[in-house]
Amino acid sequence: MARGAVAVTAGLLVAGLTFGPVAAVIWRGAAWSALAPGDWLAIRFTLVQALLSAALSVLVAVPVARALARRRFVGRGVLVALLGAPFILPVIVAVLGLLAVFGQSGLVNAVLRWAGLPGITIYGLHGVVIAHVFFNLPLAVRMILQGWLAVPAERFRLSASLGLTAGQVFRVLELPMLARIAPGAFAVIFVICLSSFAIALTLGGGPRATTVELAIYQAMRFDFDLARAAMLAVIQLTLALVAGGIALRLSSGTGFGVGRDRVVQRWDDGGLARGLDAVWIGLVAAFLLAPLGMVVLRGLPGLAMLGPAVWQAAGHSVLVALGSTFLCLVWALPLATRRGELLGLAGIAVSPLVLGTGLFLILRPYVNPLDHALVVTGVVNALVSLPFALRILRPEAEAVRADYARLGAALGLSGWAWVRWVLLPRLRRPLGFAAGLTAALSMGDLGVIALFADPDHATLPLKVYGLMGAYRMEAAAGAALLLLALSLGLFWMFDRGGRVDAEA
Amino acid sequence: MKALTVAAALMTASTALAQTPVLTVYAGDYITSEWGPGPKIEALFEAQCGCDLQFKPGDLLPRLLLEGARTEADIVFGLNTDVTKKARESGLFAPHGQTLEALTLPIDWSDEVFLPFNYGHTAFIYNTERMAEAPASFEALLDAPDDLKIVIQDPRTSISGLALVLWVQAVYGDGAQSAWEKLAPKILTVTKGWSESYGLFTDGEADMVLSYTTSPAYHIIAEEDRTKKAAIFPEGHYFMVELAAKVAGTDQPELADQFMAFILSEEFQSMIATGNWSFPAALPQAGWPEGFKELDLPEKVLFYSENEAADLRDKAIEAWRAALSQ
Repeated sequence: MARGAVAVTAGLLVAGLTFGPVAAVIWRGAAWSALAPGDWLAIRFTLVQALLSAALSVLVAVPVARALARRRFVGRGVLVALLGAPFILPVIVAVLGLLAVFGQSGLVNAVLRWAGLPGITIYGLHGVVIAHVFFNLPLAVRMILQGWLAVPAERFRLSASLGLTAGQVFRVLELPMLARIAPGAFAVIFVICLSSFAIALTLGGGPRATTVELAIYQAMRFDFDLARAAMLAVIQLTLALVAGGIALRLSSGTGFGVGRDRVVQRWDDGGLARGLDAVWIGLVAAFLLAPLGMVVLRGLPGLAMLGPAVWQAAGHSVLVALGSTFLCLVWALPLATRRGELLGLAGIAVSPLVLGTGLFLILRPYVNPLDHALVVTGVVNALVSLPFALRILRPEAEAVRADYARLGAALGLSGWAWVRWVLLPRLRRPLGFAAGLTAALSMGDLGVIALFADPDHATLPLKVYGLMGAYRMEAAAGAALLLLALSLGLFWMFDRGGRVDAEA
Repeated sequence: MKALTVAAALMTASTALAQTPVLTVYAGDYITSEWGPGPKIEALFEAQCGCDLQFKPGDLLPRLLLEGARTEADIVFGLNTDVTKKARESGLFAPHGQTLEALTLPIDWSDEVFLPFNYGHTAFIYNTERMAEAPASFEALLDAPDDLKIVIQDPRTSISGLALVLWVQAVYGDGAQSAWEKLAPKILTVTKGWSESYGLFTDGEADMVLSYTTSPAYHIIAEEDRTKKAAIFPEGHYFMVELAAKVAGTDQPELADQFMAFILSEEFQSMIATGNWSFPAALPQAGWPEGFKELDLPEKVLFYSENEAADLRDKAIEAWRAALSQ
């Protein structure tokens, strides 16, 4: 079957691009090193912070997504679009934005001091979790919101005519939906947090917050101990795939069947629910938008200092982002199954440093990867974005298959006709969101590029780091703002494209 | 879109086919960026060599070790003493062939392979508007009240962070761990690299930041800001030097030699201070730019040779880790 062959090819590509580089590093390292005593502490801390961060992100996301799903208010569209922003900021920029709010001399402490209250400190495990929630809560909200919006309006209508209370609607309709969507969201966020390193260290306040990824970085860049780096990378990969496997197995159940794409109306709506929804939306908006606002404020004076090279780099970044987005979507469609999603997780579970080094080892005998820095970056960005695209597409794609396969078969739709007339139109909303996210991620990501950087084809994140490294903190903040604006612009464009003529 | 990027990539590749000889220099991003010394180095050297100097930015030694003898690099620019032992043992480098009499370093340098081009010392930088008086010594810093907050870099991921733990090791020896324990409550946080720390400091998040004695020069010269100062400690400051080396397997040995000589030339040396915000390695103080002449300099300079540093490194990092993990 042709679709099977496409899926297998797509899967093999992912496997080759993730396990291949790890294998190359192991091969080159040519030894298997034992764990150092500190490594167990690092593994434990890595797991604890990732579990807490992912759990908290998903838990908080549920009431927020519910509130966003059933409320209409001025600025809702803007808020939903801005939810994409934290996730795509370069780590260093986001950390400085967060600290401008929660740090020693941040807004929160300024207010507390003004009120004569003792200050708070952000540095510690709670700081790591707060930062990770800042990055990932919006992602969780959007994924779960997507689930809510996929429940056909007819189901809510039926439950209203049956006289179900809000609690009963939650149990009958919303809980099964959450059981289907939430574990996957948890898995993706858990895996991202597993490979966190600069955030964990900076907000964790010191070596207590050592993660496996930091140990990999040290082994790779400082000790040139490839064997150790590879061993740690395999541990990290195993943790991610085991956790991902469990979470995805838990996310069972099918969708709610077909509807007629009516606008959703809700009847389970008391004053209390309304008030609670407003509180949730207000809290999350303040939590997410305050640091973003600080990034914007800090960046404005620097915008004028940006030279032509920065604008050129911005152009490169946009090109790479568009290329990655296209590649990622083509890649994701045939892989939108449970096995495909688990495999896709490998893309973010492999340490970017090991991935980059492995690719370098594989490519170097044939081409100089430096001469193709942008292409390599584009492919790797697509690979790294794949798990997010799959998480967004899979629930919808499976629902479409379950709901329309028989009709399609009856009409004799197969191959391209099925994709063109049924799958793509029904996937329009998740496709738009996935494309937006991929584009934005590719703008911001720099994980692998350190080994492949090319001065004539630098990307914008590299320029931000370059400016900071040369003491030009103000200009760096300006370049970061430009990056934020471009990423958000791309995200909004694609996401909006998927929601044309839809209310949400 | 993809076709465009492929085409762009191919165009870069084809410039390598041009007739002029190419000198390939591996250097860090901070060197090659338009705000680093790279563009000036390229312009100055190309004016005298009739060649095309091409910088390839990125990780230096990791990449070179991965490539081994097949590397395209002719010169590696920007190594630190932390890696010279490993680099030397790789056998990938050739002697620089320069006489070292012109060097003006505060320590003796007789290395035949690694050639210094600029230097600095570790130092804590403070803002005089926020803190009128900095601690007068390392000991005073350890005894300072705990609400004095500093940011430092991780010795496991950052060169300046490693220099810091060696600095503490050099000052306190076996007492390093208890020194770290006294310092621990004052350490606001530890960052992966220098940029994050320095950004936190300029944002006003911390009172002092681990940086270099040369950092105030940037603020004086580029911003006319004299409020950033290095706290000078009588116990001494750890010496940090940046080095260049010639790759043994270079296909442009003459050009590489010419470049090594160029590094010690006055032309290069008088540019590097403001180019890389460091002290020139071979230029008497009289030739330094104005902003550099007014910098506070340590009287005592501490330094471990690469062998000493290699022996002490794990111990020094462990003292740091153990004290800060409590």
